[in-house]
Amino acid sequence: MIDFLNGLVALTNFVIIPATAYGAQLAIGALGVTLIYGILRFSNFAHGDTMAFGTMATILVTWWFQSMGLSLGFLPTALLALPFGIAATAALVLFTDKTVYQFYRRQKAKPVILVIVSMGVMFVLNGVVRFIIGVDDQNFNNGERFIITAREFKQMTGLSEGLAFKTSQGLTIVTAVIVVAVLFWFLNKTRTGKSMRAFSDNEDLALLSGINPDRVVMVTWLIVAALATVAGTLYGLDKSFKPFTYLQLLLPIFASAIVGGLGSPLGAIAGGFVIAFSEVTITYAWKKVLTYWAPESLEPSGLMQLLSTDYKFAVSFAILVVVLLFKPTGLFKGKSV
Amino acid sequence: MTNNMRTVALFAGMAVLLIGTGMVQGWNTALLVLNMGLISAIMSLGVNLQWGFAGLFNVGVMGFVALGGLATVLVAMAPVGEAWAAGGLRVLAGLALGAATIVGMVLMAKRMAAGRTRTIAMIAWLIVGFFLYRAVFDGGVGAVEAIDPAATGYLGGLGLPVLLAWPVGGVLAAGAAWIIGKTALGLRSDYLAIATLGIAEIVIAVMKNEDWLARGVKNVIGIPRPVPYEVDLQQSESFVERAAGLGMDPTYASTIFVKLSYGVLFTIVLVILLWMAQSALHSPWGRMMRAIRDNETAAEAMGKDVTRRHLQIFILGSAVCGIAGAMMTTLDGQLTPGTYQPLRFTFLIWVMMIVGGSGNNFGAVLGGMLIWWLWVMVEPMGLSFIQFITSGMAEDSGLRAHLLDSAAHMRLMTMGLILILVLRFSPRGLIPEK
Repeated sequence: MIDFLNGLVALTNFVIIPATAYGAQLAIGALGVTLIYGILRFSNFAHGDTMAFGTMATILVTWWFQSMGLSLGFLPTALLALPFGIAATAALVLFTDKTVYQFYRRQKAKPVILVIVSMGVMFVLNGVVRFIIGVDDQNFNNGERFIITAREFKQMTGLSEGLAFKTSQGLTIVTAVIVVAVLFWFLNKTRTGKSMRAFSDNEDLALLSGINPDRVVMVTWLIVAALATVAGTLYGLDKSFKPFTYLQLLLPIFASAIVGGLGSPLGAIAGGFVIAFSEVTITYAWKKVLTYWAPESLEPSGLMQLLSTDYKFAVSFAILVVVLLFKPTGLFKGKSV
Repeated sequence: MTNNMRTVALFAGMAVLLIGTGMVQGWNTALLVLNMGLISAIMSLGVNLQWGFAGLFNVGVMGFVALGGLATVLVAMAPVGEAWAAGGLRVLAGLALGAATIVGMVLMAKRMAAGRTRTIAMIAWLIVGFFLYRAVFDGGVGAVEAIDPAATGYLGGLGLPVLLAWPVGGVLAAGAAWIIGKTALGLRSDYLAIATLGIAEIVIAVMKNEDWLARGVKNVIGIPRPVPYEVDLQQSESFVERAAGLGMDPTYASTIFVKLSYGVLFTIVLVILLWMAQSALHSPWGRMMRAIRDNETAAEAMGKDVTRRHLQIFILGSAVCGIAGAMMTTLDGQLTPGTYQPLRFTFLIWVMMIVGGSGNNFGAVLGGMLIWWLWVMVEPMGLSFIQFITSGMAEDSGLRAHLLDSAAHMRLMTMGLILILVLRFSPRGLIPEK
């Protein structure tokens, strides 16, 4: 029995908690991708770098607050800086929309042209972020590191396995729940949200019924800016901020959005968790858990790791391919242009 | 001005740029830029085949380029006999088991009737196959990597002439393209983009981690060259004499000679590929491709097998990128998986092709050379620009130091701006498709 509990704790510690936090980060990122796809009808390659920009803005404000001695006690100061980061990102995306994307929307350019344009935006944003904050790792998490440390947990329960619960992980999960709840309330209950969904379902019909497309697009960008900044900041708090990793996040985020069904917000969330849990379970070395659970005679000799952690991209990719082959519109019936 | 005149004028302009670089910054720099420019032109030609001819959106260029680089190691490096003896066959057997597992899965998916039986059978086959593969493969890898890890620790190559690696690089890339194309083509265009983006990352991950294959991040250095070494030239009497006859210092002459030889080799490859691409463009096949690109439904109604044609040109374009990748690794003389970055090897190639003119082979070649020249030149230009605007600031100002440090990142911004501006004001590029 104790062995079983120990195994369960190890599993929670190394798989369930990290995967949930990562899944929440991916889900918020994928929500941004999926909203742009639904309303503006293109895959935004600049999303990873928008996240990086938002995080960078948040970090800069955090540093400024820290220099003034502002803090939130055991929570990271970055939370206080988040609204400012969102505002900066919102200004940025509205600016890129006005100067870059709007022209092609008016022209009714093919979606793939917009994708290529977003590659240009990605380049510029990537350069801007590197230019301002540099390419190095930035750790800006100054709050209490743990809600429960492994040692406290061991003392509390008397088990030999520890369970560590990082503040950033708790924060990620709580924030994700709030963000998703607010977003769905907005999309389902408010007039603007409903007009956005109508626009996404059928543009012509929405236009005929007097929905102002410019307003819908603007609101979408604002929401996307908020989502991108939140996702980026949470990821940065949980791991660390490095411009290059945000470019690489593009793949799991797109995989989440596609697996869930592009254009479907619910799908983006489900996709985020599917991708995160598969990445973590497949690259986790199961030896520890199995030594607790398997009978003595079957104890594994190797690490019992299916794939090395460096192949986590391969996991997102493999899931993506499987879903595309068997359910091309994703788990939640996305749209296909 | 007719299109031909324009092409000639633009290429002449490019030549002037290169000659100007030679006069200002020295001929070694100019030739370096020229050689990488030729390789970039080939990559851009490959992407142009896919996007310009057929409208396929491939953002995995980096993966194909890297596979070409891998081919250089596999073909040209000397085999490591000890490693082969220790576990070479076991590694190969492991790989064969892995491949058999996948082929079995595909066969099951095709032959068996859909239903629960098939699902269970496939999962069982996958699990058994995977553990068998790992059991055989891991032991072999461990044995191979244990052999003198500081110097080798990998299986080595075949020890063949390095020029052979160029077509082999193309074949490797074509193989990868076949696998991706089989799964992702025929789906929507965005999906192909994400699939290629993913496969490129996976190729790099494999090359970084599979030490038995090409030493991973330990890099393979000293890949044999198709041209003589500078040191040998400096010791050859006839070469020194000829250099003296031209009034050149032998050391300087040898570096120039080596770079020129590479340049000639690359130009030959570029001309052959360009000729092939041009003939393809003007053949009935090329017209069919453009017809498919412009209206898939109509082409399908005319009885064209769209998916099959797409697969064909996807493979061809990727192969061209693979050849360029092999050439690049040959030029560098080393394979360094850590240096493959998507911005440089995928998205920059796209900028080249779009700026040059998608759908026009000459445009793609010009774009490749021009954007590469800019990529190299923007860094010093950006630095002097920053120096200029910060010259008013105090010497010890932190902002000034930061700006000067960051000047290198100006090139990303510049490339992005160029792409956005070209797409906005001249979407057909410098040399538009007719």
